[in-house]
Amino acid sequence: MSRRTLRPPPLMVFLGSIGLAIFVVPFAGLLARVPWSDLLTLLADDFVTDALRLSLVTSLAATLIAVIVGIPLAWIMARLEFPGRSLVRGLVTLPLVLPPVVGGAALLFALGRRGLVGEPLNQATGLLLPFSTWGVVVANTFVAMPFLVITVEGALRNLDQRFEGAAASLGAGRWTVLRRVTLPMIGPSLVAGLVLTWARAFGEFGATITFAGNLQGRTQTMPLAVFVALESDRDTAVALSLVMVIVSLAVLVGLRERWWKAL
Amino acid sequence: MRTARLIVTTCVLGMVIACSGSSVNGELLVSAAASLTDAFGEVESAFEEENRDVDVVLNLGSSTALREQILEGAPADVFASANTSNMDQVVEAGEAAGEPEIFVTNRLQIAVPAGNPGGVSGLEDFAREELLIGLCGENVPCGDFGRQALENAGVTPSLDTNEPDVRALLTKIENDELDAGIVYVTDVLSSPPGEVEGIDIPTEVNVVAEYPIAVLASAPNPDAAAAWIEFVLSEGGQAILTSYGFTSP
Repeated sequence: MSRRTLRPPPLMVFLGSIGLAIFVVPFAGLLARVPWSDLLTLLADDFVTDALRLSLVTSLAATLIAVIVGIPLAWIMARLEFPGRSLVRGLVTLPLVLPPVVGGAALLFALGRRGLVGEPLNQATGLLLPFSTWGVVVANTFVAMPFLVITVEGALRNLDQRFEGAAASLGAGRWTVLRRVTLPMIGPSLVAGLVLTWARAFGEFGATITFAGNLQGRTQTMPLAVFVALESDRDTAVALSLVMVIVSLAVLVGLRERWWKAL
Repeated sequence: MRTARLIVTTCVLGMVIACSGSSVNGELLVSAAASLTDAFGEVESAFEEENRDVDVVLNLGSSTALREQILEGAPADVFASANTSNMDQVVEAGEAAGEPEIFVTNRLQIAVPAGNPGGVSGLEDFAREELLIGLCGENVPCGDFGRQALENAGVTPSLDTNEPDVRALLTKIENDELDAGIVYVTDVLSSPPGEVEGIDIPTEVNVVAEYPIAVLASAPNPDAAAAWIEFVLSEGGQAILTSYGFTSP
């Protein structure tokens, strides 16, 4: 049976409660301001529905891009020895540390109409990222992908490679090893990384407004809509915030129950 | 000869101000509209020069965001708004001490990147879909005034972004990411030489922005706040502000 429960040290409980309060109090403040009676009317406004749709589409697109290019990057970092690997690791972590506004400005200087890459790209293809929905996806990917890369890289490094070796020696091809051995073994970390990536992209503000601008239906995601509404229509801002809290919490708690035991 | 007179004048002026302002000290938090960034930066240096015990901290942002901060109880001593409606809301909430005063006015201008790549010549070009057009958000003074001017001119803009404040909008024009936007005359003047060109908006459709200033009711440092406003309204303060393109009221 289980061990005898120890009486929790009072100091630990006290400090831990303060820690919890730092998270709980702001949400209580938000809940206290929710205009419950008008909530549905407020949320039916196309200002809100446009933003929600755009946020869901762009955050999922960013997560998909992170899967397609982030997992290979994590694999390279975990499995290949190459000079400058720690520099690469640092670069990948940078968006986690930088203020998103700085990331947005950097994206603008790189991918803007007169940017290092943006200008030739625009001349060759006519593609213009700033002030477009794709710009939002790029900003989201830049800010959120590190979560996936870092989690998956860590899992790959901790994975005992002898399992893969055994599978290969039994005749499994590379693709089969990846599909039947590697991915299932890092599964929980992968899902955790995906959830964190999606959540970060869903909440992205600074890089988006700096790089992609702010226009309803095209680049105005939920966080931007909250920002705009705070200055004009507080009830709508609170209603939008409530939606963000509920959607994020549902995903985080729901997935944690099922998958997310790795973290 | 002239230098000597200047020195004498400066000394006398310095003494007068030093005497009148000697009682103020401590930190002075001035919440000011983003369009005042450079002008108030210089006013700050001049004010601190004469009130050495005061440390002025400028809290710059859109007047609308600043109003929200004030209404939500963020501490500040002075509020300088780029429009009267934000100030009115602060006054209505009982957050202003005394009657706000208009200390400068400002006009709108079209800003385009150097060389005017979009070939913009007036407000009517804001309807061209192939151009990248930015305005300030509609709740921010420069966005509100900009929309008024467009409406006066009978133009429906083909808009690509609503920037959070006038500085953010100007930065994107300076970097050639937008073809045109509506900002204040003072912003075009303040932008680094050779990055932005200003195109005048005809007087009959242009909008005059009045900037009110007030001490806040919950000011932690009301004496220094009053001294700041006195300085801003003084000849010296007004000289600094007009050198940035503002007009004395």
